[in-house]
Parts: sequence; C-alpha cells; structure tokens
Amino acid sequence: MDLIFDAFSEAWRLLRTGDGDVYGIAWRTLTITGSSTLISMLIGVPIGLLLALGRFPGQRILVAFSYAGMGMPPVVAGLVVAILLWRSGPLGQLGLIYTPGAMVIAQSLIATPVIVAVTSTGVMALPPALRLQIRAMGAGDARYLWLVAREARLPLLVATMAGFGAVVSEVGASTVVGGNLAGETRVLTTASVLEMSKGNFGTALALGLILLAIVFAIAVVLAAALHRMRRA
Amino acid sequence: MRRSSIISLLAAALLAVLLLGACGDDDSAAEEQGTAPATAAATASPTPPAGGEELILATTTSTDNSGLLGVLIPLYERATGDHVKVIAVGSGAAMQMGERGDADVLLVHSPKAEETFMAAGNGESRKRVMYNDFIIVGTPEDKAGIKGGKDAAAAMAAIARTESSFISRGDNSGTNAAEKDLWAAAGLKVPTGASWYTETGQGMEATLTITAERKGYTLTDRATWLATADPKRLPLLVEGDAKLFNVYHVIVVNPAKHDGLHVKAARRFSDFLLASSTQKTIGEFGKDKFGVSLFIPYPD
Repeated sequence: MDLIFDAFSEAWRLLRTGDGDVYGIAWRTLTITGSSTLISMLIGVPIGLLLALGRFPGQRILVAFSYAGMGMPPVVAGLVVAILLWRSGPLGQLGLIYTPGAMVIAQSLIATPVIVAVTSTGVMALPPALRLQIRAMGAGDARYLWLVAREARLPLLVATMAGFGAVVSEVGASTVVGGNLAGETRVLTTASVLEMSKGNFGTALALGLILLAIVFAIAVVLAAALHRMRRA
Repeated sequence: MRRSSIISLLAAALLAVLLLGACGDDDSAAEEQGTAPATAAATASPTPPAGGEELILATTTSTDNSGLLGVLIPLYERATGDHVKVIAVGSGAAMQMGERGDADVLLVHSPKAEETFMAAGNGESRKRVMYNDFIIVGTPEDKAGIKGGKDAAAAMAAIARTESSFISRGDNSGTNAAEKDLWAAAGLKVPTGASWYTETGQGMEATLTITAERKGYTLTDRATWLATADPKRLPLLVEGDAKLFNVYHVIVVNPAKHDGLHVKAARRFSDFLLASSTQKTIGEFGKDKFGVSLFIPYPD
C-alpha cells in the first residue's frame, strides 16, 4: 500500500521537477497517439460509413473483420509493421523503423478497426426512416454521407475516444517498432514498463498516473462535446 | 447546433495541432542530428569526426539496464557525430537482428552462439571488450543450502535435487545460454516444464524481481544484480567458478551480406569500445556507486 502513496508523491515530484524528461515523454505520447487517432479516423470513418450504408458482396465478412480487429493484440500489429519496416523488410529502405513515424503506422493499424467497427455499428443503429428521409430530400451521394455522418456524430465521438484509448494505452507495438529509445520513441507506457522492469515501481506507477490524467482530460473535453451535442 | 459544430471544429483543430506537433518533433530531431557533427567538431576532438551516420546497436539487456551504455553512448556520439539507436534485447535476438541485417553492430555475451554466428559468415569482425561474471543469487531461506559454494554445477544440482524454485530468463539471452550450460555441466537436462522451474521470458531486472517474490534462485550477471537488486532480499550465494565467466564481444555485422548497413560507423563503434580511454571508462563505471567495477576491461 505504501507503494501507491509513493506513486502519487513520485508523480507529483516528476511533474514539479520535470525529472526524467517526463514532459518530453508526455508530449511525445500526445503527438504520436493524436496523429495515429487522426489518421485512423480519416481511414476508418469512411470505411465505417460504407460498411453501414452500402450494399456489396462480402460486406458482412468485412464487418466481422473489423470486429475481430478490435481484438488484435498490439504486439502482433507491431510485429507485422516491424517485419515490413525492418531493414531486411520490403520497406526497409524508408528507414522508418525505430522512429515516431513507425509508431504512428503501427498504432493506426490498431485503432482503425476499432473506429471502423464503432462507426459502422453506430450508423447502422440510426433509424432507417431517417436515412430514407435524407434521401427523399434529394441529397446527392456526398451530401447524403455528410448528413448521415452528422446524425451519427455521437457514435463518431465514441469511435474517436475508443481509437485514442486503444493506442494511448498500448505498449507492445510501441516497443517493437519504436524501440523505446530515450528522447526519441519513449512514450508514457513504454517508459512505465521500463521503470517497472528496473524495480522502480513507484516511478512506473507515477508515469501511469500521468497517462491517466492526460486521458481523463481528453475524455472530459469529449464528454463536454457530447453533452452539447445532445442538447443541440 | 452551431455550438456543437464549433466544438467539433475545436476537436479537429486539437488533433491537427497534435499532428503538426508530431511532424515538428521529427524536424527538430533531424535538425539535432544534422547539427551534431558540427558541435562535435567544435569541441575539438583529436581526429576530425567522419560521422553523422545513424547506427543501430543491438545489445543485451545487461549492458543497457546497468547504465553502462548510458555513459558510453553519449561519449561516442560526441566524439563522432554518429547517432546510436540502442535496441536492448537478449543476445539471441540481437544476433537474429545481425543475421538479417537489421542491426549494424552487436554487443553480446553468448560465446557459443557468437561462434556459430561468425562461422556462418554473419559477422565481419568479433572482438573481446570486457567481462563480468555470473553469480547465483537467491532468497535468504536458501532451501538447497548452496550459500558459499564455489562450484556452480554442484549448486544447480542441489537446486534440482531439492526441487527448490528456480527462475530462468527463458528468453534465449546470453544469461539464459549460460544457465543452460550450467545444467549440462551438472549432468542434467534443462528442467523446462518442472513444477519448480519458472521461465519469465523477461529481462534480468524483471527476473530478479520475480525471483525475490517467489523465494527462489536465479542466475544473473553481477552488474545487473549490483545495479538493481536489494542484497538483503536477494543475497549472493555462489560466485567465483570459472564456468561463471561472462565475456562480452562486439561484432560488426558483415556488410557483404546485406545492403544499407552503416559499416563504417559500426567499425568506428567497435574501435571506440576497444580504445584505451573507453576501456578506462568501462573499468571505472559503477565504482562510485557500488565500490566495485561492474565490468572489467578485457580488450583483444
């Protein structure tokens, strides 16, 4: 139990003194996971809409794939990306392995299925009458998609948070493709695992607390947005 | 409605800022690397640095976790302008990376596997750098009664006979290889699957923590034990056997086998480790904190 108290005081000390590059690590965590989430939204939302609204062969299989993708272990996603990006791999020439860019790629692979699944499920849950109504208003395809997405903004918000939550908390992929290099690819989760393996449990927990605080702050912003939308 | 769109806009803007931040990060990192040779030149090193290359060093967890590389790498980077990416894995994984050309230079301690690696033509050169020793540590209960022994194989046999809990790295690292050799020296098979034998699959520090928790024994390199373990909870029990000798070699990966290796930088790094000033730093490392050297210079 002492450890938990120690962790809180250690977290406070880290934040006060900025020891161990804690602000650098926190900022890096935010930029990398933020980029991954954004990219995953750009890819995942259109696919999710297509899966919910379109009619084409193999649609159900694709939905099943996106559900299964939510259960993909991050370390496997990391390994797949690493095999591609290692110098011996087909994309080795790019020199991306052990860079933040590699982490963004691996994390996008993790978050995209989550966003596809949540988006498509949310849009499917919209009343069918609503969709017909939008169509009846004479909206063209692009405008139709836009209007549906706007009606589905609550699920889209949840999709964002789910995708962000999946990547901000993962450690396997970040370690494999990032290498946990100090000052380059070390993020809060990989730093926490490192401290844990060094036996510095207080510091490990402190880094976890800082991560939780960041996630909480972002969740509060999104929850406020959600609240406004519901009233609107 | 208007409010909600403003908030979505804000959210999008926030994400965009984060994305730009990530790009900015990359730029500044590139800049740093770009300016590094200039600063190195400014500090007037005796030979003009030919560096500025990015080098991947695959090494064992012990050199990184003990903090030795945290001292050596900045010295090397300042002297040469090269940038070293240290990937700390077990010796087995490090050699895998070398075999595939995913690393430029290796710093490992698994002599038998290294000889196989060199015989297969995977390395250009292999040079001795330093040594430390393995020790057998365990919780103070010492169920197998091995404390104070000098014969490592006999100690392993006693642990097996009494079926005392033994915590193995189980990760194909250099330490794991040394442990397997000790079981063989005791005339035993590696007790994989035995109820008293646990494989952690993790680094040395994590394995020491688990050993203390499970009141068992483990084989560890002295450096990691000194640097991370509590000697009251996990005292040293057996040391000084010639079988416990732990030698580190630096291997330059064979550039003939793979394209795109930074072989010049790898050779520079290998030379750097063997230079007398570096060897002196290695010998001094840890003395201030532990009163003894963690690694003993042992150049070719």
